[in-house]
Amino acid sequence: MPSTPLIQIKNLEKAYGKHVILKNLSFNIFSGEFLTLLGPSGCGKTTLLKLISGFETPCKGIIKIDNVTVNNLPPQKRNVHTIFQNYALFPHMNVFENVAFSLRCKNIDNQIVISKVHAALQLVELSHFGNRNIQELSGGQQQRVAIARAIINQPKILLLDEPLSSLDYQLRKKMQMELKNLQKRLNMTFIFVTHDQEEALTMSDRIIIFNQGKIEQIGSPYDIYENPRNLYVAQFVGETNIFNITVQSMTNEHIYTKISGVTICCKRPFNACNGDPMHLLIRPENISVYHADKIENLTNKLVGTIIDITYKGPTIDLNVLLESGQIVATSEFFDEDHEKIDYKLHEQVYLEWPVGWEVLLPYEH
Amino acid sequence: MNTKNIFPKIIVSWLLIFSLLPAIMLVGISLLTPDISSMVHLPVTFSHYKNLIDPLFFRIAVRSFFLAGLTTFFCLLLAYPFAFFILNISHKSLVIILILIPFWTSSLIRTYAMVDLLKWHGTINNILLKLHLISTPLSLLYSNYAVLTGLVYNLLPFMILPIYNGMQSIDQKCIDAARDLGATRLQIFVKVFWPQSQKGVINGVLMVLLPAMTLFYIPNILGGAKSILIGNLIQNEFIFLNNWPQGAATSTFLSIILVIFFGISQSKGMKN
Repeated sequence: MPSTPLIQIKNLEKAYGKHVILKNLSFNIFSGEFLTLLGPSGCGKTTLLKLISGFETPCKGIIKIDNVTVNNLPPQKRNVHTIFQNYALFPHMNVFENVAFSLRCKNIDNQIVISKVHAALQLVELSHFGNRNIQELSGGQQQRVAIARAIINQPKILLLDEPLSSLDYQLRKKMQMELKNLQKRLNMTFIFVTHDQEEALTMSDRIIIFNQGKIEQIGSPYDIYENPRNLYVAQFVGETNIFNITVQSMTNEHIYTKISGVTICCKRPFNACNGDPMHLLIRPENISVYHADKIENLTNKLVGTIIDITYKGPTIDLNVLLESGQIVATSEFFDEDHEKIDYKLHEQVYLEWPVGWEVLLPYEH
Repeated sequence: MNTKNIFPKIIVSWLLIFSLLPAIMLVGISLLTPDISSMVHLPVTFSHYKNLIDPLFFRIAVRSFFLAGLTTFFCLLLAYPFAFFILNISHKSLVIILILIPFWTSSLIRTYAMVDLLKWHGTINNILLKLHLISTPLSLLYSNYAVLTGLVYNLLPFMILPIYNGMQSIDQKCIDAARDLGATRLQIFVKVFWPQSQKGVINGVLMVLLPAMTLFYIPNILGGAKSILIGNLIQNEFIFLNNWPQGAATSTFLSIILVIFFGISQSKGMKN
């Protein structure tokens, strides 16, 4: 990544009247990266996008694009284009004229328009669709027209406001890959807004997790998933089991705690002290489940009863009730160890995960 | 049978009984011979349509279309900016109610009220005299201008509402996208807003053009004897001359013209 960020955001704030949408945001966006703003609806991610595109102006703070402060520049004067949620194609124009729109507005010579539009349509694999009406296109094709229309001016940054949310599951999967490939090919910076965490994990170089106008965590998909910085991130991205624990004893490398009456050994976080309350997080897919009759060694294993079995195709998901009353979710893949998974309801099972696969977070509120 | 199937059936039978059937009866009557005692009787004849091939009727028809066209034009001229204005204010429904309230009073009564405004010693002339803008009252009433004013006033809401409706369905995101792509305000209007508002305009024109030709009492009241339009002709043929087949034939002729016009505008709308 280059040293100077393409977009610099410093102490950015936005409020409508007394209703504060964004609180003191600071972060950088680098050239050529695929950045995703992920958060529940109403968390301010679309507002941030509008501030970058220029449809809204910030109350406080600075937005710099290419080292130039753009706070008060209108959208057309920024080297940024937006793909809107419903694509906002012009229904009264055909595909060609939609893509040509920004060139037509500048009264560019027709020959140049034709060659540029053809190049853009080729890029999104819609070469033969120039004469089609917008209404005749499928959702995925409309999406590609919107992209062609936006990239014809070769903007540095493309903003995408939940562009896949109206597509069905199969098409969404396909478009995720297409968008990602296109971004790599164009070497353009994509800022992508979504509330779908799976989409964010699949596509992004970096993810910003938003909650109530604040940034909870910025990091690579791996970081976000494996090392959530707080409970919010851990719960928002993927499923996780959370235990409230107290450190009972420790060595240089390990801490020991009790869950549901069983002593559990964990890797010691550098800041842990005896008696500290903490959250222990473990993902369902990291938990191994053993039948009670096949178990030999009981150390580090929680005991519980299966209260729910869900077959999900690639995995089989269990809810296991511990003696403490807490329910633990587990998710097991069918692999060479588990060719035949035959759990029974109300069966007693033992749960275990490799030491160190858990995440320990300081106790919140 | 569930209620889902009942409602379309009710609507279809309503249209069959109260719209299609009278239209067929009208065409039927236009092909019969007038009779004083039984209104119409056999034999079937096309003579009433032949009667329409007449220089006098041609002049009335042209004048009617011209006046209706002018009415539509002025309604459009006033309604388009007005609809745009409603679109951009916060109390939309209040303004729409204010437009509609006068129409809870009969159009006939409001037209008589216009007589009081326009007459020799009416409100407008009195005000202008008091302000010394004129020395003798203007002859406002019983002119084509009075008829035009009356028609525009009566039909304006039928232009405003469809245009407003059409404008309202334009996606704000489309406007944003045009701005994002570098269009100026004028370019946004010409290239994005106007083409998408055309459907509303066509609907408005259809809503105004037909009544402008057939609101016979407005030329009667505001135009005096000078202003005979197709609507008045049809009224005369039915009520004063008791010649139902001739009236029916004139009506049918008008309907055919309007159906053709409707067809053209629809096919244009389909292309868009």
